[in-house]
Amino acid sequence: MFKGGFMSEKVAIVGVAQKCGENLMDSVRGLAFEVTKTVMDKVGLTREELDTVVASSSDYWQGMGCSNVFHFDAAAGYLKDSTKAEEDSGLALAYGYMRVRSGHFDTCLVIGITKCSEAPPIATLTNIYNDPFYQRPIGLEEISAAALQANQYMSRYKVSEEVGAEVAVKNLRNALFNPHAHRKMRATVEDVMHSPVMAYPLRELMCCPASDGACALILASEKAAKKFTDDPIWIKGINWRAEPYFMGDRDILENRALKMASQKAYEMAGIKNPLKEIDVAEICEPYAFQELLWYEALGFCSRGEGAKLIKDGVTSMDGELPVNPSGGVLSTNPFCARGAIRAAEAALQLWGKAGERQVPDAETALVHSVHGLAGQLHMVAILGR
Amino acid sequence: MSQEEVKTVREAEITLPYKWTIGPSGLRFFQGLKEKKILGTKCHKCGRVLVPGRKFCPRDFVELFDWVEVKDEGTIRTYAFVNYSFVGQPRNPPYIVAVIDLDGADTGFNHYVMGIDFSDPEKVKDQVKIGMRVKAVWAEKRVGAITDIEYFKPIK
Repeated sequence: MFKGGFMSEKVAIVGVAQKCGENLMDSVRGLAFEVTKTVMDKVGLTREELDTVVASSSDYWQGMGCSNVFHFDAAAGYLKDSTKAEEDSGLALAYGYMRVRSGHFDTCLVIGITKCSEAPPIATLTNIYNDPFYQRPIGLEEISAAALQANQYMSRYKVSEEVGAEVAVKNLRNALFNPHAHRKMRATVEDVMHSPVMAYPLRELMCCPASDGACALILASEKAAKKFTDDPIWIKGINWRAEPYFMGDRDILENRALKMASQKAYEMAGIKNPLKEIDVAEICEPYAFQELLWYEALGFCSRGEGAKLIKDGVTSMDGELPVNPSGGVLSTNPFCARGAIRAAEAALQLWGKAGERQVPDAETALVHSVHGLAGQLHMVAILGR
Repeated sequence: MSQEEVKTVREAEITLPYKWTIGPSGLRFFQGLKEKKILGTKCHKCGRVLVPGRKFCPRDFVELFDWVEVKDEGTIRTYAFVNYSFVGQPRNPPYIVAVIDLDGADTGFNHYVMGIDFSDPEKVKDQVKIGMRVKAVWAEKRVGAITDIEYFKPIK
């Protein structure tokens, strides 16, 4: 509540909870309650003590207007000053961060939730992202947009299809060690290359699945964080940007929005050499080649060199900068929840509580979320001890 | 009645009627298509010709008044061969969607590329190449819509 107070210089993540799967048997409302109750019990925060809720869900992925109203009280929002970040819980994290920084709120619950098993296919819903005049009638949707991007990438930098397969192999293997992951398998490059063509050059295993899931985070001001944990994870930098509307206006290989968002987040966190200074990254890569493009825009390597990072194993579990120890979005894709999941996974890494997917001695982590066709909107956050 | 007989889900389809106003600049673009012309707007600040023609330049944030015609042929910047179907899909697969750099335009144009043998999905990439020249195939009956161009086809 507003305490006539002072801005909080620092904002911490003090607790996380998630639940994901292919087809979860509880309702959106039941699922929201489950992850919220879990994280609040973990932290020792009562509903009365919670100041605000920022939810992220989607009206048309959920098939209900004001989707958040259906699960607001299930997320401890009863009679609270609360709000929603449509569709991307990475933005909910940013929104929650600002609410706590403002000094008006000491604690904030961020929740992202979607049950893809209940919704029409990803292609159907993301085709409606487009206007009815120019892009929708041409069938543009998330998968074909990612395929346009992948094909141009392969052509411009002379990268083979197999490199995209290698990204899928890495992330699906990492997912084997994540109890929350939906799709997990020890696939080979050949397995991926033999999976059916969805939108050439993308094959089925290079595209994200449609998953169910929810993820809740508790954010706290510097003052409040001490009450809940001896080990807060600080949000040291955060930023987000959007590209222009028309696909044809954008350079879908340059990804300026991500480049700028990461530069601003690095500046805030005092990071000069991301590859050296970041110990683990959790990024949103719904389509395999996007992971390579995001490496480049995030400054892990120069343009066109993303393929080299994956080939040299730099981003593998035993590499210099492990990317997506969780298995990423290629393994688990509860649409609106995926940004919050990246933050939860990064926090677990920094706490040393990531179990079999733990990266040793991780002290600085990068969190990334993406929304829209071919990476139209990006959020980047840097977390640290 | 036993517990098992209660359905675990409720199913429904939502169909809602909408109408979307095209606006004056959009209307001008679509009137152009009806006359087999692809129109762009030239930004007096950055000098780029933006297609489809529009009210403002998103980068310079100035209003645009200078309408120019671009060619109905160009070069494939990138393409995707779509081999799956989904509810609400505007065209039956398989098909190719592409970003095409039309001659005279500084932005890419999204449209279909057809006139390709799709019988073997693994062989489509041998027939369509990035950098390939393509030309619009206009519909006989044009109504002032993006589909007044049926698709682009490779220039032999």
